[in-house]
Amino acid sequence: MTEGKQVELLSGADMVVRALADEGVEYIYGYPGGALLHVYDAIFRQDKITHILVRHEQAATHMADGYARSSGKAGVALVTSGPGATNTITGIATAYMDSIPMVVLSGQVPSRFIGTDMFQETDMVGISRPIVKHSFLVKRAEDIPEVIKKAFYIAQTGRPGPVVVDLPKDITDLTKKFPYEYPGKVKIRSYNPPQKGHTGQIRKAVDLLMKARRPIIYAGGGVVLGDASDQLTRLAKQTGVPVTNTLMGLGSYPGTDDQFVGMLGMHGSYTANLAMHHSDLVLAVGVRFDDRVTNSTSKFCPTAKIVHVDIDPASIAKTVPVDVPIVGPVLSVLKEMNDLAVASAGAQDKEALSNWWKQINEWRSGQGGLFPYETAEGIIKPQQVVQALYEVTKNDDAYITTDVGQHQMFAAQHYLFNKPNRWITSGGLGTMGFGLPAAMGVKLHNPDATVACVTGEGSIQMNIQELSTCRQYDLGVKVINLNNQALGMVRQWQTMQYSSRYSHSYMESLPDFKKLVEAYGHVGITVTEAKDLMPAMEEAFSLKDRLVFLDVAVDTNEHVYPMQIKDGSMRDMWLTKTERT
Amino acid sequence: MRRIISVLVENEPGALSRIVGLFAQRNYNIESLTVAPTEDETLSRLTVVTDGKPETIEQITKQLNKLIDVVKLVDLTEGAHIERELMLIKVKAHGALRAEIKRTADIFRGQIVDVTSGVYTVQLTGTGEKLDAFIDAVGESTVLEVVRSGVTGIARGEKVLSL
Ligand SMILES: Cc1ncc(C[n+]2csc(CCOP(=O)(O)OP(=O)(O)O)c2C)c(N)n1
Ligand SMILES: [Mg+2]
Repeated sequence: MTEGKQVELLSGADMVVRALADEGVEYIYGYPGGALLHVYDAIFRQDKITHILVRHEQAATHMADGYARSSGKAGVALVTSGPGATNTITGIATAYMDSIPMVVLSGQVPSRFIGTDMFQETDMVGISRPIVKHSFLVKRAEDIPEVIKKAFYIAQTGRPGPVVVDLPKDITDLTKKFPYEYPGKVKIRSYNPPQKGHTGQIRKAVDLLMKARRPIIYAGGGVVLGDASDQLTRLAKQTGVPVTNTLMGLGSYPGTDDQFVGMLGMHGSYTANLAMHHSDLVLAVGVRFDDRVTNSTSKFCPTAKIVHVDIDPASIAKTVPVDVPIVGPVLSVLKEMNDLAVASAGAQDKEALSNWWKQINEWRSGQGGLFPYETAEGIIKPQQVVQALYEVTKNDDAYITTDVGQHQMFAAQHYLFNKPNRWITSGGLGTMGFGLPAAMGVKLHNPDATVACVTGEGSIQMNIQELSTCRQYDLGVKVINLNNQALGMVRQWQTMQYSSRYSHSYMESLPDFKKLVEAYGHVGITVTEAKDLMPAMEEAFSLKDRLVFLDVAVDTNEHVYPMQIKDGSMRDMWLTKTERT
Repeated sequence: MRRIISVLVENEPGALSRIVGLFAQRNYNIESLTVAPTEDETLSRLTVVTDGKPETIEQITKQLNKLIDVVKLVDLTEGAHIERELMLIKVKAHGALRAEIKRTADIFRGQIVDVTSGVYTVQLTGTGEKLDAFIDAVGESTVLEVVRSGVTGIARGEKVLSL
């Protein structure tokens, strides 16, 4: 405590709220209940942070997540004990799988009743243990400021992730007051995220990169999280090496740039997957060699040496052996690589590189672009809707969130992102129901931004109740529903692998979405004819402050291609329903 | 490959469950696990014996290191080390068996720590193999109850695992 300064006495509940404010939190998303009544009272009596009342606690976590993905800062959810806490599990797991910083504050029964199966008791620390970066059960009210400081520190540094803080009700008692001071800094002796990569290894990596004849940069979500897009772009530009992105990495390299060969992996471009397969050097940055990228790991990039840069040592050599591992923050490592690359520019074999580009461009033009598809008279293809969305919003620096399914893949393939933190999708967990609340979290913090959620009629119904929250807080997001009247991605697999036995992949008894959103007080537009698509899209975005739900009837039978063939290498793909590599 | 991993963890509630949970969640083996406070009361020391391919062992140490409560760890099997386990074993001891058990215990440098007219309780320390050998030597049919502590270990020489 600074001398001469009046010591402030606060209750536990007031400390929780003050600590959040002192941490710089503007909005929290939550839902009250018995175990949190003290905290909600403290929220009522202050005006530093704004609480957003969701309609389901899962949505609170996705809102926090959407905000985090767009800003790089931890989002905060506040939920009561028992069912409030368990309702956040999907959202926490979603954040965990994609390494998203988040702090979840959960109420708990009073300390002395823990373990007695009291009303609305659940072991939140236990239930969430496998899906958090860390968790705290607060034992003493005096510890609240430090625990909250630590929670944010852990969530936002190193490889980010969700942190749970469980608050027994007695800890937040309004009648007991304690001296409050928010720590400016915390140190945790057992937690020291790497600050810098190993220079010798970085040197080796640059050496390999400069000497490579068929190099490719494979960049992922770690580049977005690590704020390293500029350095990545610089490295690619000065070396002339092609770049592919993972689903999570989209936007870390400009999607409209010619050196970008599209997303890679299961639904990656023919060009990106072939380039990976035939490369002699893969520079993997902020990625984790996920099974949706590598296909069969034993056949992965047979002729390539692999350099892997990641802040998490456990990500390195987890599924694929690596030649040059570099543990460190991608930003500082890429910066060092850039400086070394300048110095050794002469070492590059320009002729080999130009042949490599010739090959890549042949692959690209031979396919007629990165993600070709066929249009048909009288039917709206889902890809056309994403392209219309792109055309209407491409100059707006828009944020695009998605749900999970075919529509997500079409959005990833056809919407071109030139900046990081604009593409917001649940990659690792693949959580249907993520898109709308995530868009809300983004919109709340960026009220003037264009924010759209690309969804499907299946996914949107998993958190549709949040249309009510949007009404309450005037969240003018746009919802683009690629309504194929089917759980399209499931149906696609059933068509391809189960002889079209469509077991429970129909969405029967769909609501009239236009009427539904109107009932919530928003604007609904239904599009069934191709000629109406573009005008409707324009209309939707011209209604700046309104939530507009664009329900577009799209082809039920469309498939996402390319699609890698199970147990194959990266280059083994279906390209259309009848054609494979 | 059998490995003995020694871990210094914060003496915090929940730390042990995170470690055990990690093994379960990621499908790693635990052959034995011992844990106790250290001379520094803020730390516990945990010794886990596991088994797996080299890649798995590498992941185990990396994933353990990622846990916030884990301060430091060492794979003891990477260097010269001492490995010990404590066993308390209750055996039938009447008639001729009495002298026989006593002799066997002496050979293994065990101590008889409790006696009744028909039962000896023997305390033994050593590697797991030595303890197994003792059980073999007295014969399964004389054994009434066995309790083993699980392995703990320490590096040989000047190497120490501390803050
Ligand atoms: C919560 C959840 N349940 C189930 C799944 C499995 N799943 C993946 S895609 C999909 C279909 C999604 O349907 P829709 O939202 O209509 O999107 P479409 O594929 O039709 O574009 C399902 C059921 C999932 N990803 N998430
Ligand atoms: Mg659908």
